[in-house]
Amino acid sequence: MPGIKADYMGMALSIDDLDGENLTYFKHCAAHDFHLQKCDDCSLLRYPPNTGCPWCGAAKSTWTRVEAKGTVHSYNEVHHAIQPAFKGHTPYMLLLVDLDTQKGQPSEVEALRVVGNLTTPDGILAPADMVRKVGIGTRVRMVFSDVTEGLSLPQWTIDETAAQPAAPWRYAQE
Amino acid sequence: MPLPADTDATIPKYLRDKYAIVGVGETPYTRGSGKTTRAMGTFAVRAAMADAGLKNTEIDGMLSYQSGDSTFAPMIAGDLGIRLNFYMDVFGGGSSTEALVGIAIGVIEAGLCKTVAIFRSMNGFSQVRIGGTGARSAAPVNGDQLHSRAYGWQSAGQMFSPTFMRHMYDYGTTPEQVAMVKVIHSEHASNNPKAYYKKRFTVDEVLSSRLICKPLHLLDCCVETDNATCFIITRAEHARDLRQTPALIRGVVGRCNKPRMDMHYQHGPISTVAGHYGKNILWPNAGVGPEDVDLTGAYDAFTFTTMLQLEDYGFCKKGEGGHYVSDGTIRLGGKRPNNTSGGHLCEGYTHGMNMVIENVRQLRHDVDDSCPCGPDGKRQHTYDYSEGGCRQVKNAEVTANLGWAMPGTGSAMVMRRG
Repeated sequence: MPGIKADYMGMALSIDDLDGENLTYFKHCAAHDFHLQKCDDCSLLRYPPNTGCPWCGAAKSTWTRVEAKGTVHSYNEVHHAIQPAFKGHTPYMLLLVDLDTQKGQPSEVEALRVVGNLTTPDGILAPADMVRKVGIGTRVRMVFSDVTEGLSLPQWTIDETAAQPAAPWRYAQE
Repeated sequence: MPLPADTDATIPKYLRDKYAIVGVGETPYTRGSGKTTRAMGTFAVRAAMADAGLKNTEIDGMLSYQSGDSTFAPMIAGDLGIRLNFYMDVFGGGSSTEALVGIAIGVIEAGLCKTVAIFRSMNGFSQVRIGGTGARSAAPVNGDQLHSRAYGWQSAGQMFSPTFMRHMYDYGTTPEQVAMVKVIHSEHASNNPKAYYKKRFTVDEVLSSRLICKPLHLLDCCVETDNATCFIITRAEHARDLRQTPALIRGVVGRCNKPRMDMHYQHGPISTVAGHYGKNILWPNAGVGPEDVDLTGAYDAFTFTTMLQLEDYGFCKKGEGGHYVSDGTIRLGGKRPNNTSGGHLCEGYTHGMNMVIENVRQLRHDVDDSCPCGPDGKRQHTYDYSEGGCRQVKNAEVTANLGWAMPGTGSAMVMRRG
């Protein structure tokens, strides 16, 4: 596959032509259709994309459509950005989200814990008032930030249709 | 081919007390060193040789670590007139220090060389900033980094914060408890004339300093400095002929990991760190337990990293780290002081090297505080830990260094007074 070079928020993003795993992963994201690799031997899904099964070590896998809804497992909230692209967007939020799919497998402490920023449904970094609403326990659904042909970044937004905790856990000091 | 009958093919499980740190050296901890990493590295190795009483012809091994921000061992050796029988420059930052001790012991044991200088030289403020500000943060984002840096997830603080947050969620750890790590290390630093920051801070000052990345305030984060550090390892029987009381190495853990090394957050609990696994190597190998340790050097890249490691190496029960770091235990004069130099939060940042150097000096009973020197040239310690005073731990016999690379990776070392 040909490689990709693109600009996102003024940041240069690229995927090398030899990097088949990332090219395929982000191609599905560009179609707004989240896929993960499923091991042909042990049948476990895995994240992030890679070249072998992190549980059984088998090489072969099949890209499999995954429903991308989940619960915030933990987060950070950046107030002092270091990357130039993010300096104008503080505070911004980085979420670790436990997908409902395969949660608690292969052991109870594991989950497909997918990284993304908190964004609006359009995939734009969330404004401060939205950031203040989200914490551990918030139900979120995947949306995408479109970057270029063949490359969209999976992101997270509040799942408006889900039952939400009365008060998600947030760091004490506001 | 069968092995000759006299070949010992067994692997000794323990090398307790067979190796020692015999010399330590460092540049000043500065911002704006005005020197190359080559010049600083040479200075630090020379200082460690002088401290040990070793000539350049007696150093024949060298180890260093870096991440594209330093000078390789051959240049440092060349500048000191050293011919090496072994050297290696490895990639990495935190947790390299103790891991390299293990490598040094291994290569000496295997007969590759006899005496190894381990150094780290870095302009972590004035050249390649450790916090990631500057060239590193502006670099293009490629391939696997699309799952991290593309989200503004890059600096150490940003990468580790989900662990810190989850610890507060899982165990009710409070910001005030964790801030005590900075408070106590700043007290220690005020008794360390070479510390970059010598000012004592309060919990309120930590929590009212500006937010960097929740839950980290500016004063929860270590200082970026320019410095080089070195220590020298050789066999214990050789150590006894040298100038200093040796710090004997009891046991080492080298870059021990949580599962899912490709992305440790996939495996939980994410509020547990690599020390959970490392402790099962460290204590059996060292033949001691946490209760035998007089002082610790738990890596303080952030206030939280000190707490997490002390907890997972078993100095307190899991989840009680917040209490352990705030109840006075880790303060000079307490039961088990931590980072008596002020550590990375206050003395300077050298990826764990300065915490090992400090503990070597503690085991010599000769830390470089402001206590007066006696006729033998050694400090007459007062054990008065008030500001500007002593920082020697009374009768220090056993130390533990707990090195941190990230939540998923750590190293450790136990030493005792020789």
